Amino acid sequence: MLVATGVRRDFGALAALDGVDLRIDAGDAVGIVGPNGAGKTTLLNVLAGTILPSAGSVSFKGQDVTRARADARARMGIGRAHQIPRPFGGMTVFENCFVGASTGGGLRRRAAYERCLTVLEMSGLAELADRRADTLGLLERKRLELARALATNPELLLLDEIGAGLTDAESAQLVTLIQELNRRDGIAVVWIEHIVHVLVQVVERLVCMVSGRVLADGEPKAVLADKRVVDAYLGSAAA
Amino acid sequence: MTWVNDVVQGILLGGYYGIIACGLALMFGVMRIINLAHGDIAVLGAYLMYLLLEHWNVSPFIALIPVLPVMLALGYVLQRLILQRSLRSGVLTPLLATFGVSIVIQNALEQGFGPDVQSLGGQTGSLVTAAWQINSQVSIAALSALIFGAAVVIYGALQFFLARTAAGRRMRAAAEDPDTAELVGIDSRAVYARATAIAVGIATIGGLALALRTTFSPYAGPDQLIFAFEAVVIGGLGASLWGALLGGIVLGVAQTVGAQINPEWSVLAGHIVFLVVLVSPRGGLLTLRSGGGGGARAALQRLRAS
Repeated sequence: MLVATGVRRDFGALAALDGVDLRIDAGDAVGIVGPNGAGKTTLLNVLAGTILPSAGSVSFKGQDVTRARADARARMGIGRAHQIPRPFGGMTVFENCFVGASTGGGLRRRAAYERCLTVLEMSGLAELADRRADTLGLLERKRLELARALATNPELLLLDEIGAGLTDAESAQLVTLIQELNRRDGIAVVWIEHIVHVLVQVVERLVCMVSGRVLADGEPKAVLADKRVVDAYLGSAAA
Repeated sequence: MTWVNDVVQGILLGGYYGIIACGLALMFGVMRIINLAHGDIAVLGAYLMYLLLEHWNVSPFIALIPVLPVMLALGYVLQRLILQRSLRSGVLTPLLATFGVSIVIQNALEQGFGPDVQSLGGQTGSLVTAAWQINSQVSIAALSALIFGAAVVIYGALQFFLARTAAGRRMRAAAEDPDTAELVGIDSRAVYARATAIAVGIATIGGLALALRTTFSPYAGPDQLIFAFEAVVIGGLGASLWGALLGGIVLGVAQTVGAQINPEWSVLAGHIVFLVVLVSPRGGLLTLRSGGGGGARAALQRLRAS
């Protein structure tokens, strides 16, 4: 469904992405791990279209989207949730979802309304639908970040450390929700997460990035046992 | 009782300032662009209606009907071709770009229509002179009441659009955070172009109001811009939509009451109220609801920081 080939992104003299190849099929659940500065978020930004690659290409559902704008990709079915939630603070929780459903989701009034109710119910925000988004707490904001991305009716969901700062109970809820989205609704998920034990509960495939390159890509257990991964990422995290 | 009349006239005058200020506030609120050509755009609209009326003997209100879509399209193109490019390079560039547009419009109008002062007031029949005499001191001119009513309708319609429609919610989302808006599928450039089109359309209605209640010339724009800008700042610099109308009313009342004290103080009194609001720590009138607080000055600081 999504194919990135030889993606490169330079920031001045620094190559944040140094020739990344990644293939995501419909319904995949892929985790991305790696030390800070490995280029994980940059890769997600290139896939979502918020930054353009210096070289290489990205295609989505068979179309070349390398130069396509972020809003066009969102309408094509790529959803994005940030590590630090960025709700539209002056709008209600419902309106936040509604702009997602009516633009990214391309739904008309009635259908957009129903889509919002569904995602708010799923993410546990139904009670808070009429609250202004800037009055929400951190956990609720994180849920809204996910709900708004879901409202756009994505086929591919790009998640950037949405589990950071959550308690174990809260991340367990998150895991259940994302599993449901992936297995029941068939939404492909690409999830960057430092909390590896949370990640492996959901993903069937793990990608380890180091210094802008893909070091290992495969079945989670095999990747985590890979000596290079242990040296470059897990080893340093344990030290 | 003459004070009552001054206040009533000031409120009605505020309706005109409110119309002129509305588009300025919208563009600032959505794109953080201070459109220095806003007054000239209103005057351009007035001239287009004047041009139609030279060939076509109808009411100026009828002339507005074909001119309005032309001006809406012009606003859309202005954003797409000029302002969108300027937005990429910081805060100062859009300001300079609109300053350039202002000069172009003024000179083009002088080239096309000459420097003479024009008015459309003569072509509205009895509307210009009609008035309701409330008592011996207070009378309400039909034209002033109509302009004030138009202001309330414009603000109400814009409020409904922003609060209730899908396109309006997209506009609010893009105004708050254009990058995040794009991630949910909003083409912020198209939204910006629509906002500019609406602002230019409302300025055109302001141009009609100007042309009916007084006179206009190719260089009348900057004066209208100053009054619009003062109304927006007094109202809290885009913190609330209705603030600009309220700011216009305060400005209008300050001018009419100032004129009562001394005829030369009319415009000066308005400027003084504006300056007092600008330097006061609380800022404009309707700033309590804005998260950051601090009103005009805080908004200016946010603008500087961005």
